[in-house]
Amino acid sequence: MSATDTPASLPAPHTAQRSPWGEVLHSLSRSGTFLTGLFILLFWVVCALFGQHFVPYDPLASDIINALTPPAADHWFGTDQLGRDVFSRVIVGSRDILTVAPLATILATIAGTALGLVIGYFRGIVDDIVSRVLEAFMAIPVVIIALLAIVALGTSKITVIVVIGLSFAPIIARTVRSAVLAERELDYVAAAKLRHEGALHTMFVEILPNVIPPILVETTVRLGYAIFAVATLSFMGFGIQPPSPDWGLSISSNYGMIGGGFWWTVLFDALAIASLVIGVNLVADGVHGAFND
Amino acid sequence: MVFLGGQVLPGNVGRAILGPFADQRAVDALNHSLGVDRPLLVQYGSWIWNFLHGDMGTSYVFRAPVAPFVVDALGNSMKLALVAFVLVVPIGILGGVIAALNFNRPLDRIISLGGLSVTVLPEFVTGIILILIFGVWLRWLPIAAAWPKGAGFFTQLYYLILPSLPLFLVLFGYIARMARSGMIEALDSDYTRTAVLKGLPWRTVIWRHVLRNALLPTITVIATQTGYLIGGLVVIETLFRYQGIGSLIFTAARGKDFPMLEAGILTIGIVYAVATLIADFLYSVLNPRIRLGAEQ
Repeated sequence: MSATDTPASLPAPHTAQRSPWGEVLHSLSRSGTFLTGLFILLFWVVCALFGQHFVPYDPLASDIINALTPPAADHWFGTDQLGRDVFSRVIVGSRDILTVAPLATILATIAGTALGLVIGYFRGIVDDIVSRVLEAFMAIPVVIIALLAIVALGTSKITVIVVIGLSFAPIIARTVRSAVLAERELDYVAAAKLRHEGALHTMFVEILPNVIPPILVETTVRLGYAIFAVATLSFMGFGIQPPSPDWGLSISSNYGMIGGGFWWTVLFDALAIASLVIGVNLVADGVHGAFND
Repeated sequence: MVFLGGQVLPGNVGRAILGPFADQRAVDALNHSLGVDRPLLVQYGSWIWNFLHGDMGTSYVFRAPVAPFVVDALGNSMKLALVAFVLVVPIGILGGVIAALNFNRPLDRIISLGGLSVTVLPEFVTGIILILIFGVWLRWLPIAAAWPKGAGFFTQLYYLILPSLPLFLVLFGYIARMARSGMIEALDSDYTRTAVLKGLPWRTVIWRHVLRNALLPTITVIATQTGYLIGGLVVIETLFRYQGIGSLIFTAARGKDFPMLEAGILTIGIVYAVATLIADFLYSVLNPRIRLGAEQ
């Protein structure tokens, strides 16, 4: 049994002709949904990373004389009430949401996975108590939790990340828990126990690699919701703060004027959020399909 | 719990009302007259006691009892939620049923994918796009949900259509998806096959056998969406400047008006609990297997 002493770092319980991960990648590369979503997502990631180098105007530079001009050749998407170029703002506006939402998702994944492993592995009274508390949390809408927490802690990117991360963690914990409940009955866990491996080793070295697929699926789904939540909080004034050209924030500062017909100040930001959310959801759909075929 | 949440929030109440330039003695005096300098447990006890007696406390900002604000706001929100529900429940179920009857055909794809895409969009994004289309370009509907005082039922309804549409879109996807999967499962079952084989007309099979079973899970989903709906109301009411419970909570949170905030959130909690209870009840009425207290 000396060979089995090395921790099972490979997530593959069995090897086929193509490794399981190769199989997943192969099916992802043939999934139209996934590729479309990935294309949209990558477009915005490129905008977030390099946008400010290729946009025609400084997204923060105001030009009052040319305020609220409709879309034209020199300002493709028009200008807002301070004369700032809407096209440049939409491109660069991807940056904050694409930093905050993924970080919140990563936090939720780490916290949720650790919690889910513990309650799934120990079961019993720990599971009963923690699960009830998690259910209570999930019953409160995220917007309300965020509202309270952000009023208490003040608005900053860190607060938004922590609030969204912690309110999504219970959902991931629930997914991980049910995966762990199935895994812990398998022989390799019994073998680890017979070798007198500690609980921590069994959880994180033996079980964790085998529950990666559901975690990955849940994480991509959560990323979509995190973008939803960050955009909504920014719109409500509790998220990303000025002078960032963030989309939700731009909409909230401009929508008061749409009655006057200044549609270009909000439409492109709304479409940008819509495309990003749909893109991430297509990716999530593709990942879900690839792991469940 | 809500109360504790409100207390943990830092921010000196007296300071928040009087502004940063007020004299410290004035702040202390105000804190004392509002009772916020008493020990926590004393405050909590009197809060719960008064709430049960219909006294929700006094707003720090308006210097007036909270209860009338909350009752008004709740009534307004109910109107909005009701319009959204009345629209979405039949249309969502119909959409799901049509999708299931056309399983894997283009119509099914359109309904499922379309429903799913609008479901994942934030309400304020669909809200903005709908305002632009119907309020700014076509000018069919008013862009703010503020009807003239004393407006009749139909005028109010006219003002509520646009705000209810984003809620409709988000809920449509969920309800249609549940109705669709319930229908597919029911269509695939043995009792449906028996009903078809014993020569019942297709219409009767669908109405009497399939639909009844298919709608059970849908009702549960509709109930669980109440929680979501409340979160959605906060956003929609802010966007459309509608005086509902969502915008009440939002305004209270910004102004650190804790009695208002606590009363608003507790009210929402009660609404949520009642909605869940009603769903359980409906479920048992529709499902003969768990009919409560049924005679054998």
